[in-house]
Amino acid sequence: MLKVNNIETWYDLIRALHGISFQIKQGDVVALLGSNGAGKTTILKTIMRLFYDLKEEQPEKGTIEFLGERIDRKDTDEIVKMGIGYVPEGREVFPELSVLENITIGAYTRNDRQGIKSDLENVFRHFPRLKERSNQQAGLMSGGEQQMLAIGRALMSRPKLLMLDEPSLGLSPILTKEIFGIIKDINEKDGVTILLVEQNVNMALKYSSFAYLLENGRIVRADKPEVLREDEDIKEFYLGIAAEQSVKGYKRYRRKVRFR
Amino acid sequence: MPFGQLLIDGLAMGACYGLFGLAVVIIYKTSDVINFAAGEMAMFSTFVAFHVLNIFGYPFWMAFIAALAFAALLGVLVDYFFLRPAKNPTLLGLIVITIGAQMLLAGLASWKWGAEQKQFSIPVSYSVTYEPITGFIISQWALAVFITAIVIVSFMFVFFKYTKMGTAMRATQQNKHAAKIMGIKTDRVFAFAWGFSSVIGATTALLLSAKTILDPGFMMEPFLRAFAAAVLGGLMSIPGVLLGGFIMGLIENFFGYVWPSWKPITAFVVIVLVLCVRPSGLFAKHYVKKV
Repeated sequence: MLKVNNIETWYDLIRALHGISFQIKQGDVVALLGSNGAGKTTILKTIMRLFYDLKEEQPEKGTIEFLGERIDRKDTDEIVKMGIGYVPEGREVFPELSVLENITIGAYTRNDRQGIKSDLENVFRHFPRLKERSNQQAGLMSGGEQQMLAIGRALMSRPKLLMLDEPSLGLSPILTKEIFGIIKDINEKDGVTILLVEQNVNMALKYSSFAYLLENGRIVRADKPEVLREDEDIKEFYLGIAAEQSVKGYKRYRRKVRFR
Repeated sequence: MPFGQLLIDGLAMGACYGLFGLAVVIIYKTSDVINFAAGEMAMFSTFVAFHVLNIFGYPFWMAFIAALAFAALLGVLVDYFFLRPAKNPTLLGLIVITIGAQMLLAGLASWKWGAEQKQFSIPVSYSVTYEPITGFIISQWALAVFITAIVIVSFMFVFFKYTKMGTAMRATQQNKHAAKIMGIKTDRVFAFAWGFSSVIGATTALLLSAKTILDPGFMMEPFLRAFAAAVLGGLMSIPGVLLGGFIMGLIENFFGYVWPSWKPITAFVVIVLVLCVRPSGLFAKHYVKKV
């Protein structure tokens, strides 16, 4: 469905992505994992072509295909129309619009009144909380509600692929669980393919069907979550399960892993 | 003291300032740029109306429509040719660009139509007056101003509240990045805002030109007043600008009657005083981003 082929993205003189390739199949939940600065958000922004303002040629190298069509030279609004929804990091709702206006603006690219109406119902079914608050200003809601709003808003464009950038950011563990439950629901009931970017590796591995691990702009592991869970490095560095003591008897805090 | 007349005149002038302030605020709200070319853009459109009316000799309504159409086009062109080519612009850079556009337009107008003052008459006259209540004399011109103001403001209210484009404009203003993700063509929204603002400015300038004279510098002072009214209202809120305009017009008229030599500056003094108490204007709202 989505095929990213050897893309490179530069911020001025710094290469943020060093040739990333991955694939997403219809109906999957794919997780992109990694620590801060690994390039997760950059990948999503590159797919959405949000760097277009800064530079014409972007990604600098490589191709991105969605449903068999190249989108790496298309405008953002065309990409949205083709069926990619994006929930940005930090929600980015429109603070002074009401909740309902926020949701309906998600359907900006669509014109079918009937379809929009039924999708609105669908969003309210996933997030009953939003229906209660539909006339409130979005900026006055709690972080969790804003996250729900951001997801609901993205669903309104009726995406075939939904990309979520750190849906758990700043949320309590209970709320994170709730949000992940809804994401799973969206995947299973609505048949929306999901690309999930997360720092919360444990949660992400639990809900995804395939995961990629990023480090410094490179994909260093790509496997099923069950396999990754057993990986020594991931256990130690991402899941926080302590490894064995070293021979010298003290814990090693840094271990350089090279994947080439 | 002709209280009633001063009040109505003040309100009419205030409505003009308020409307022109709206033109500034629309652009400021969508793109954070203060458009210093607003006055000259409106002046240029008024000259187009003058040209169609006096030189081509078409009736007034055609001149009016031609001026508005030209204003919309001019707004879009200024956005397209002056602001958009700027690569990674700073805000200050954009503001300086608008000052450049202002000078260019002023120069073009003096080159085409000459710097001497012109008579430009619109069908509503300043000297035809009605007196519905004793002491409250209202001129045809003031009546036209009020009607125009009501029409424009109610149109804007409906537009921003209920139409898709209006909501998209508000969304773009609040978060350009997220608006892009929603599939909104933000470039188009900016162009639209410039055209819209230019049309409102041109309408106001047509009304103002009937009261004053028409020459390439005639919008300079109204623009400053309108800008001050917008600052008074907080530069962000539409009701705020209108109220700021009214305050401006009323103060100017009443104080101007009592101390005529102080008329041009009284309103500005009041604004300085207000801004000392409320630095972000009377109606500014701030939303702090939540993480």
